[in-house]
Order: sequence, then structure tokens, then C-alpha cells
Amino acid sequence: MTRDRTVDVLVVGAGPAGLTLAARLAGAGAGRVEVLEREQDAGGAPRHCHHGGFGGLLRPWLAGPAYARLAVEAAVAAGATVRTGVTATGWAGPLSLETTSPAGLERITARAVVLATGARERPRSARLVPGSRPAGVLTTGELQQSVHLYGQEVGRRAVVVGAEPVARHAVRTLRRAGAEAVAQVTEHSRGIAVPGVPLLTATTVVELRGRGRLSGVAVRHEDGRSGVLACDTVVFTGDWIPDHELARRGGIALDPGTRGPCVDASFRTSAPGVFAVGNALHGVERAAAAAAEGAAASAAVLARLSGAPWPEPGPPLVVRAPLVWVSPNRLTGTAGRPLLLRSGEPLTGPVVTVAQDGRLLWRRRFPGRVPPWRSLRLPPGWTDRVDRGGGPVVVTAG
Amino acid sequence: MTVTVGGGLPGGQYDVTVVGAGVVGSAVARELARLPLRIALVDAADDVGEGTSKANTAILHTGFDAVPGSLESRLVREGQRLLSAYAAESGIPVEPLGALLVAWDEEQRAALAGLADKAVRNGYRAARIALPEEVRAREPELGPGVLGALDVPGESVICPWTTTLAYATQAVRSGVDLHLNCRVLDAISGDVHTLTTSRGPLRTRYLVNAAGLYADAIDRLLGHADFTVTPRRGQLIVFDEFARGLVRHILLPVPGALGKGVLVSPTVYGKVMLGPTAEDLDDKTDTGSTAAGLAVLREKGRRILPALLDEEVTAVYAGLRAATGDEDYAIRSHPAQRYVTVGGIRSTGLTASMAIAAHVVELLADGGLPVAGARDLEPVRMPNLGEAFPRPYRDAELIARDPEYGRIVCHCERVTRGEIRDALAATVPPGSPDGLRRRTRARGGRCQGFHCGAAVRALFEEARR
Ligand SMILES: Cc1cc2nc3c(=O)[nH]c(=O)nc-3n(C[C@H](O)[C@H](O)[C@H](O)COP(=O)(O)OP(=O)(O)OC[C@H]3O[C@@H](n4cnc5c(N)ncnc54)[C@H](O)[C@@H]3O)c2cc1C
Repeated sequence: MTRDRTVDVLVVGAGPAGLTLAARLAGAGAGRVEVLEREQDAGGAPRHCHHGGFGGLLRPWLAGPAYARLAVEAAVAAGATVRTGVTATGWAGPLSLETTSPAGLERITARAVVLATGARERPRSARLVPGSRPAGVLTTGELQQSVHLYGQEVGRRAVVVGAEPVARHAVRTLRRAGAEAVAQVTEHSRGIAVPGVPLLTATTVVELRGRGRLSGVAVRHEDGRSGVLACDTVVFTGDWIPDHELARRGGIALDPGTRGPCVDASFRTSAPGVFAVGNALHGVERAAAAAAEGAAASAAVLARLSGAPWPEPGPPLVVRAPLVWVSPNRLTGTAGRPLLLRSGEPLTGPVVTVAQDGRLLWRRRFPGRVPPWRSLRLPPGWTDRVDRGGGPVVVTAG
Repeated sequence: MTVTVGGGLPGGQYDVTVVGAGVVGSAVARELARLPLRIALVDAADDVGEGTSKANTAILHTGFDAVPGSLESRLVREGQRLLSAYAAESGIPVEPLGALLVAWDEEQRAALAGLADKAVRNGYRAARIALPEEVRAREPELGPGVLGALDVPGESVICPWTTTLAYATQAVRSGVDLHLNCRVLDAISGDVHTLTTSRGPLRTRYLVNAAGLYADAIDRLLGHADFTVTPRRGQLIVFDEFARGLVRHILLPVPGALGKGVLVSPTVYGKVMLGPTAEDLDDKTDTGSTAAGLAVLREKGRRILPALLDEEVTAVYAGLRAATGDEDYAIRSHPAQRYVTVGGIRSTGLTASMAIAAHVVELLADGGLPVAGARDLEPVRMPNLGEAFPRPYRDAELIARDPEYGRIVCHCERVTRGEIRDALAATVPPGSPDGLRRRTRARGGRCQGFHCGAAVRALFEEARR
């Protein structure tokens, strides 16, 4: 027996983005705002990020779990319902989701649905790293949960693949678990070194070795030099992809760059009434950035609830290499906040241009170095010059 | 019910011991379990099906392309019928998708008629040649250049993990002793065989060698050197469930010199598989993938189903087929020695397993094994891992009876705590988190444990304590 219920806003995912949006909406009197979380505890990725930096500028020392707790409390205090252990498994209609929980199956219909399902790191298999299939192969997410949520042992000697902030957290988590990080490996020509850990740049992991347990990682440098790093654990870090399962199941258009749902600057997807916010849109940003998207989406959701029409798709925003994505990626009106732009390669002092149908809309030089793991923020001023009926808006960097 | 994983082996003497708890050895043990005898099934690994049986392409073949008149041809045909019926009874997922053997060049197109003919000589009459328009209509996502296909409607996909597990479960419940972590190191034949194992001596009247890649080594311990097993590696790439909509049939290549070639096939778990390669190796333990192998697969996959390559990869793995250089199984009976070798079970062993088992028991009987008093076995009902059949997370009544089936632990594969709990407490429990994955699919999806790895491991370790 499947129960049918109706709410005003259904938010899928109780991470920073979903919780912040739910708090805003409930606080603004949006009616019944329900947040579904498939994990046993709400809070999203910060639950297992035991390091500071979550409180934004005001409280930079705030660690992930405390931040998660505060975000849940704020949503509940504002009047939102946060239900954990509930998985949205598919769609029963344009604005109806099917759910599974220990309480049974439900079909929940809402006036607006928000996808705030977050992102995950691509595992070894998706990166097509060849070799054997031993134990001891992790992503940062699995490592953090193992150590911080379950107190499990990891190995003694670990190689970390990646040299971004996430990789640094992986090193810290390893150390906390009593393991030594023997090396960091990155394909890029530079990365963030962690004191005490050798950093191998321009280096690829070409094979995993070992039966039963990992025994080593074979690597090759760009110049042809190669070797084997003896280790019993390897952590693949970064390389984020949105958890876009529901979006795809719902036939919602995805952006080829972000691999998340295509949205306009008001977080509207291609499906009327369905919004998407946070890392579900573009892979990992800081929690504060995801939360800010949640907050920023509230106005559009409220407008929808009071009957605002769903706009025509508007021209797509597309990027050219070495850029890999821009978010939002459609324009249906003037953007109220900066757009996020990512490069696939490190850039130095890039000049970013935005053009439509050969017409230059904007150009600016960004001083300094731009690593591939940090988004550039494009001020939105030029978005009011976009021709809504025109061709794609093209973003380039040179 | 006895499953042991450590310590010394029970004393006394077994009537029959089967070495190797792969799909073949487990099927033989299950068939023997019908007899009022004392039977042992031993394996070097910590779980059943840890060898070739866990890493194949999971196709339930019709045998249309076997060597006509061979033992393999007969056993595959019979095995297909037996296993289809057994799967229906035991809850092993099978999807009868049918296969299209797609011709991409003139030479391949020309070969189709011969293959249709061969199918008939193998007793399979439903194969027919389909023209390019029909092929394209039935598989709209195929790459350009299709010249035709052989339509083989009888081919299916099956769950290889549940198959081995169902056999072993039924055998153990019917009284067979399953000894894991038990490697056979030596054998002395006399009035009884005395096997030296990594867990001490084991005495047995009759002996069946179903040791897969190591069947030649066991054979040599018994004084036979009929064949040599050359591991033929097959690397495979599994694409995420979103690729499933791209393909409707098992897309077989027209076979070339090195076996069946690279296919694209849906799996019963709702994914799409691309592979296998065929590489002859020396090392019987080298189940690693290689950059070159994956590159070859991607290149072939792009030709067959271009859109496939845009989808996320959930798994890459490799299996080793037991090739002998001979185009047939190497099943040999040595009646004087009360010994049967089940060797060279190449790339059809999953399909043929039940027929092989029946054949082996006949050979044992010819060699004097008393086979009076055979009984029907208590049926088994295996948990469903297949996507085309109801899974617990969608079963409202089941969840109402036991809310643990509503508690999803592995989000990508929708595996519930109830299923994990059941697998950990099953007749043949998993020996590792990977064994748990093969029983439940937990941790087998696109995130490979990013979300649930720690939780699943915690459940596994808790059950071990
Ligand atoms: C890439 C690939 C694709 C395939 N696709 C298909 C398919 O689509 N359909 C199909 O029907 N078949 C397929 N096969 C073939 C099928 O998997 C095999 O025929 C089948 O697994 C053989 O079963 P087995 O029991 O003989 O061997 P295995 O599964 O290898 O079992 C042998 C067991 O013996 C144990 N053992 C070995 N030595 C000792 C010792 N000294 N002491 C104790 N234990 C020992 C091993 O640990 C192992 O568990 C495929 C194979 C491969 C590699």
C-alpha cells in the first residue's frame, strides 16, 4: 500500500543547500515545507568533514558536524519538516516523488520540488584506473565517513590522488586515523602540497597492484619516468559529479559541462516547478556557497508558489575549452548574483569574455592564478544585455 | 548445515569430495546432495564462486555457436534448459532478451549464413538472418554501418552470483559440508584418496576435480597430464543504469579467431556491460585490467553503441577463462581411480553447469559410486538481485512486515538493511565485503562506496564479531 500525501514544497536532500532553502521558505510562510534525507542523519557532506572553515567569514573555525547541526536546527526552528532515512526513488508525476522509508512507500506531491542532492567523487572505476581490485581503495567521502562516523581502521601507508583542498582533508583524515600519507599524486603541473607529504606533479596513476589488499600504486611522470609507490591504501580525491539520478529519471535537461541539471539564474530547471540548488548543480563548492544558492533560490520558489509563470528556456550558456562549465547555464532574466565558472586546467591571469551571436557582452582579466578546483565568480551585470531570443551565450578564457 | 572457514577438517571419510566451489563444482555438489552419501565441497577461497564464476559475461547461452557434435554443445543445450527452469524455481534473475549477432563488414555479413546453419546443427532452430533495416529498428542506438545480424531469440542474461550461491546453499542445506579457505596441496590415491589441504588432511572415496583454472594442477597430483589450462583474460567495463535504455538485446559480435569477441549486453542488475577482451596469459592470478585492454574495449564499444561511452562507468573487472587449446570441455573419468576431472570449462560453464553436474554424477556411477536412493531436494528461494523483478525497497507489504526492508543503506543500488542482514545470516554467508556485494549489490553502484562504503563495512564487521 502506497500512501499519498501533499505538501507545498518538497526538498530532496538535507545538506547545506536544501536546509538553508527550507529554512528560508518555512520562515517566509511558504506552507508545509518538507525536506527528505536518505541518510540516517541530516546535514549532508559536512557531517563527515571534521575540519574548520564552515562558518564562513564570521566563524571560520566552525567544523562540519557543528555546521550541519546548526543548519538542521535552523530549518526545524523555522518550521520545516526534516525527515531522515527517507529516499526519493523516482517520479510518480511531474511534481510527485515516490519514496521509500522504514515507514513504507509514499507518493508525495508538491507545488514545488527542489533537488538538493549534492555531489560525489568519481571512484577509481569511473576514472578507468587499471589494475587489480584490492581492498584499500577509497574516495575522500568514504575515507571521512569510515574514520569520523564509524571509527574504522584504514591502512598504514596511503597514497592520495589529487592535490586540491579535498586532498588536503584526505591527508588530515588519514593522519587522524593513524595512517601515513606517503605521497600525493596529481596530473596537473602544480598542486597544493601538504607539509611532510611528497607531491608528485604531472604524474598519472597507471595501475593499482595487490591481491586481497592493495600493495602499491604504479605511477608515470609526464616525461616517461615511472615507479611504484608501496602503500596499502589509495584515496581518489576530487573529480566531483553531481548526484543527478533523480534529475535524469525525471527527464530533466542536464548541462553537458556540469553534468547537473541545467538551470537559469533563478535555479529553475527545464521542468516547470522543479528547482535545483547546491552541489547537485555543479559538483563541489564550499558549504557556504551551496547554502547561499539555497538562500538565493527562495525568492523564485516563493514566486512559483504564488503563481508566477515558468519562463521559456532562454539561450544556453556554453563554455569553450579550457573552461569546463558555467553555472547557471541558461538565461531567462537578469542574474542577481555572480555566475560560477570553472576551468579544467590551471590558468594564469585569464581574460574571460562573454559573447552572443558575435556580440561582445563582457570582458575582464582575472589577476593571479586560477586553479582548476576553484570557481571564478563572474559579476552578473552583463546578463541584462543578453538577447532572450538569441543564440547561445559563449564564455571563453584566453 | 555445515560451512567451515578455518581450523581442522572433520575426521572420518567422505564418500565424495568435490574440489572447487565455482559454479561447476557447486552444481556437482548439489547434484550429489540428492544421494544418501557423505559429501564435501572444498575451495581455496574464502567464498563460493570466487574464481571465474564471479567475473564472466553472465549470458545464458543457447549453444547455437558451439562446435557441433561436441560434449560442450550437448551440455550447453541441456544446461540452458535445466538452468532456466531452476532459475524460475529458485528466484535467480534471468532476462530473456534475445541476441543479435551484428555484422559490421562484408566478411562478417557473409559469415551469418554459416552461423545460422551451425545453429541448426547444434539443435537450435530459432535463429534467422535479419536485414539491416530490421536490426536498426530493433536497436536504434547502434553505430553506423550495420550490414545485418543473426537473430538468436533464445539467448538470455542471468545473475551468475546467485546461481553459484543457490547451488551451494541447496547443497549445504541438504547435508553437504562446505569447507572454505581449504586449498588442496597434494593428493595420495589408494583405497581412499588422502588430500593434503591447507587445513589438514581430508579422506575421500571418490574425488571430483572442478578446480577451474587449477584443474590441470590437481590432475597432475592424481597422475594425469591430459591438458594444460591457459588463463584467457577477459576485461569488462560496466556502465551505469542510465545506459540501460540504449540497448534492448544482447549484441554479440560475429566470432573471430580468439573466441566470442566483444559484446554489449544489458545485465540483470539494470546496467550495460562491454567486453570481454581475450588475452592468453601465463599467470592464473592476473585478474587485473590494463590500460590497453580498456582502450580496446572503448574503441569497440564506440563503434557498436556510440552513446554508451558518454555514460558513467560503475565497474571495471577481469575474469580468466580456463582455455585448454582444445575446442571442447576436458571432462575425463578415471573409473579405476574413482576420480573425475571437470576441466577446460571454458566460456560456457555457467550455462552448462547443471548438465555438467548430471553428466559427472553419471560418470561417477559408471565408476561404481552407489547412486540408489536419490531424492528431490528441498527447493531454495534466493533473494532477488534483478532489476526486472520486484526488489524489496519497492515492496510495501514486505516493508510493513519488516521495516528493515525500507531502510536503504546502499543508495545507488537501493539495497536495504534487511537484505544485508539476511545475507550476513544466510546458509552460506559472505567471506568479505565483496562477497556481500555479490549477494546484495551493496556498494556495487556508481559511487562505489562514497556514500555507503563505511556503513556497509560496519554491518559486515558487526556480523563477524
Ligand atoms: C570474461 C568471461 C566471460 C564469460 N561469460 C560467460 C557467459 O556469458 N555465460 C556462461 O555460461 N559462461 C561464461 N563464462 C564462463 C564461466 O564463467 C565459466 O565457465 C565457469 O565459471 C567455470 O566454472 P568453474 O566452477 O569450472 O570454475 P571457477 O569458477 O574458476 O571455480 C573453480 C574453483 O576452484 C577453486 N580451487 C582451485 N584450486 C583449488 C585447490 N587447489 N584447492 C581448493 N580449491 C581450489 C577456486 O578457488 C575456484 O573457486 C565466462 C568466463 C569469462 C572469464
